Amino acid sequence: METVTNKINVGEKPEGHEGHGFFATRLDKVVGLARKNSIWPLPFATSCCGIEFMATMGAHYDLARFGSERLSFSPRQADLLMVMGTIAKKMGPVLRQVYEQMAEPRWVLSVGACASSGGIFDTYSVLQGIDRIIPVDVYVPGCPPRPEQIIDGVMKIQYLVENESLRRRDSAEYKAMLNKYGIE
Amino acid sequence: MMDAAAQEKLISVINEKFEGEIIEAAMDKDFFTLIVKKERIVDIISHLYNHEDTKFQYLTTLFAVHYPDQNQIAMVYQLHNLSTNQRIRLKIFLSADNPTTPTLTTVFSAANWMEREAYDFYGVISQGHPNLIRILNVEDMLIFPMRKEYPLEDQTREDKNDLMFGR
Repeated sequence: METVTNKINVGEKPEGHEGHGFFATRLDKVVGLARKNSIWPLPFATSCCGIEFMATMGAHYDLARFGSERLSFSPRQADLLMVMGTIAKKMGPVLRQVYEQMAEPRWVLSVGACASSGGIFDTYSVLQGIDRIIPVDVYVPGCPPRPEQIIDGVMKIQYLVENESLRRRDSAEYKAMLNKYGIE
Repeated sequence: MMDAAAQEKLISVINEKFEGEIIEAAMDKDFFTLIVKKERIVDIISHLYNHEDTKFQYLTTLFAVHYPDQNQIAMVYQLHNLSTNQRIRLKIFLSADNPTTPTLTTVFSAANWMEREAYDFYGVISQGHPNLIRILNVEDMLIFPMRKEYPLEDQTREDKNDLMFGR
């Protein structure tokens, strides 16, 4: 068996000016780097995709490697809402309330066919995609998606977190988008 | 399962007080099923509950069935005698245009949620029910989704083209 080396990967340093005892760069780059590697997800797991998420958090796939060790079961402290599973229409207002309780900046990851589009449940009782009630940043397809796919979705979120403007909530587009959903 | 003697006994117990209420009595697979007139269903069930020879004191289930061709909604009551382990099914037919029936909660408290479910999915009004509101679906739903005139699929989707599904 190959020996495991305990090599720690440190986040890549942003561009900047470096000299003896100082390093100057853009603030948003530093904040983006810090945010990206410390996302606290709120798992909203309602069915089988939630089981895949449990595998994603487990030792084998280990989402903690991406700085998301700490799950937040309080929406107030969460950065990322991970919706995993079928959302019945009766669950819709609950999901929306959870989203509304989250503090900015906040992101939403829609995991699996059901959360993204209603999936196989094209029926009177199931919400046909969570984007009908809350805005979604990244969709992960699959029924259910494998843990690798969920990690890929989280990494796409990381990319957004790193590269978005620090105060995207102040932008006109963001406000218009929330308005479209009747939030705030 | 009920043998022929037990079936006859049951029918005679009903006929003691409710002569002419039974429309049809037959084995449905292995389940003895009585179709009865709708007006006195609660009295019949109450009679079967209290009578020394029947003692059907456990309500296994209660549900509705929609028969669109006959424009009827059936209410089905399944009762269980726990001491002799006999089961029977009682069935009444209501008009689908105005399905109303007296509530069974006066005999079985267990009927409360099941009658709410029958209301939720089929619109059956159980008169005298203490809390006849929707139980499983969203409160603001306008239809009774298990009735055959309503399509199963969600009608708010715009991305589903009939052509893609060959219809």
